Amino acid sequence: MTIDPHILGLSGTVVHDEIVPARAPWLHHVAAGQTLRIVDLDGNQAVDFLLYAAADDAERYSAQDTVAAQQNLFLRAGTQLRSNEGRVMMTIAATSVAYHDTIGGACSCESNTLRYGHHTKSQHACVENFLEANLTEGRGKRDIVSNINFFMNVPVEEDGALGIVDGISAPGLTVDLRAEMDVIVVVSNCPQINNPCNGFNPTPVRMIITA
Amino acid sequence: MTGSLADPMAARDHARAMAGTVVEAMPLLPPVADDLPAGMSAEDLLWEETIAAGGYATRRLARGSRLRLVDLQGDACASVLIFNAEMPTERLNVADTVKIQWNAYLGAGKLLLSDMGRVLMSILEDEASTHDAFCGASNAATNYAKYGEGRNSGAFPNGRDRLLLGSAKHGLQRRDVHPCVNLFKGARIEADGTITPLMGPYAPGRAMILRAEIDVIVVLANCPHVLDPRDEWTVTPLRVSAWRGAVTPADDPVRTATPEGLRAFLNVEDYFRR
Repeated sequence: MTIDPHILGLSGTVVHDEIVPARAPWLHHVAAGQTLRIVDLDGNQAVDFLLYAAADDAERYSAQDTVAAQQNLFLRAGTQLRSNEGRVMMTIAATSVAYHDTIGGACSCESNTLRYGHHTKSQHACVENFLEANLTEGRGKRDIVSNINFFMNVPVEEDGALGIVDGISAPGLTVDLRAEMDVIVVVSNCPQINNPCNGFNPTPVRMIITA
Repeated sequence: MTGSLADPMAARDHARAMAGTVVEAMPLLPPVADDLPAGMSAEDLLWEETIAAGGYATRRLARGSRLRLVDLQGDACASVLIFNAEMPTERLNVADTVKIQWNAYLGAGKLLLSDMGRVLMSILEDEASTHDAFCGASNAATNYAKYGEGRNSGAFPNGRDRLLLGSAKHGLQRRDVHPCVNLFKGARIEADGTITPLMGPYAPGRAMILRAEIDVIVVLANCPHVLDPRDEWTVTPLRVSAWRGAVTPADDPVRTATPEGLRAFLNVEDYFRR
């Protein structure tokens, strides 16, 4: 029997295991105590990620509360993902990537017209994925807030210069997230083809949940 | 005394006797300001209010309006939310604001962008330069941890709850209160991602002027910054003035400064092509 390298180091029983295709949305409920592993299968894929409290989805991931709580922009192993109410929703239990981004936000058809030009308006974008997934549970545009970009690198230079640059991920690298409350995870497996975050080529990711 | 308090007319007289009281933090109606920019008429003044330490205020401003914020005593912290007044699901997007402009820091010439690819407000003048697009507002939990209390009704109110109240005055809800920017209090980003708070206090009187590029709802909270290292809950009043102004012309230097910003203005003009 071949050992699945993407499961290594995970404890507990696998309760969900799914490949999210390139460019696709994904929504899943994760119970308190369960761990979600995201595997960057081919490397250089940005995984745009939102969280909602299952008990009350007006409580949701807050990038600002998260960076303020740790007084640092980068998400690393040990970072607590905070809600807009200041509570811990998930913890980054482990990651084989040095750090992840939460200031770059998600691509949208509209912001792409500013960033790249109006010719990109018709391209698929992360906000489309967030909306498509959230609408299945009655959430809409008001529920889209600044998100996490797992595997994405957004350095800030001395003069404030900031931009999404080539990823620091590689095929098979992972991030493990432990749910500290019952949460709804909404992911856009970023379809972006105009910047280096995906190596200009979106690829699939794997979602493994253990209990 | 008991007799007079039982008399509604005496209660009325007591209430009416308060009229004309002037305190530091209050709105002035009609607005008066003796320091309008040259060429501005008092007729064009829209709003004059001093927001208390720990207070909040909110206003709908028409496209073209100028909004001036003054850090009167050098220790104000203006947490700001902005909505499209006719469609509040469109709102300030801080991630797009820094990403589209390829820069982490706010200042003169910078745009405050919506999540619909449009510019909500632009920063025309800025004497402060210490601002923060990353840390957001304090909340009840952070204030409780720091000051022992943070409720709206208590002595140490927090920024998020103030923004919630201001937004609610326009019919908005918890799910509408999203990431904000903090003006006058800064956040310096180090190479390893560390956030260095720039809290002052600064010289009194630092001012900023913002221009509404669409019809906006502005919500302002004036509470201590969430990373303020001081043990004491410390903040000073924030003065707000607004006056009518022209819609941004085609040759406006802020409009044409960058290709990204120009496209944000083109999207605004397309929205108003009706």
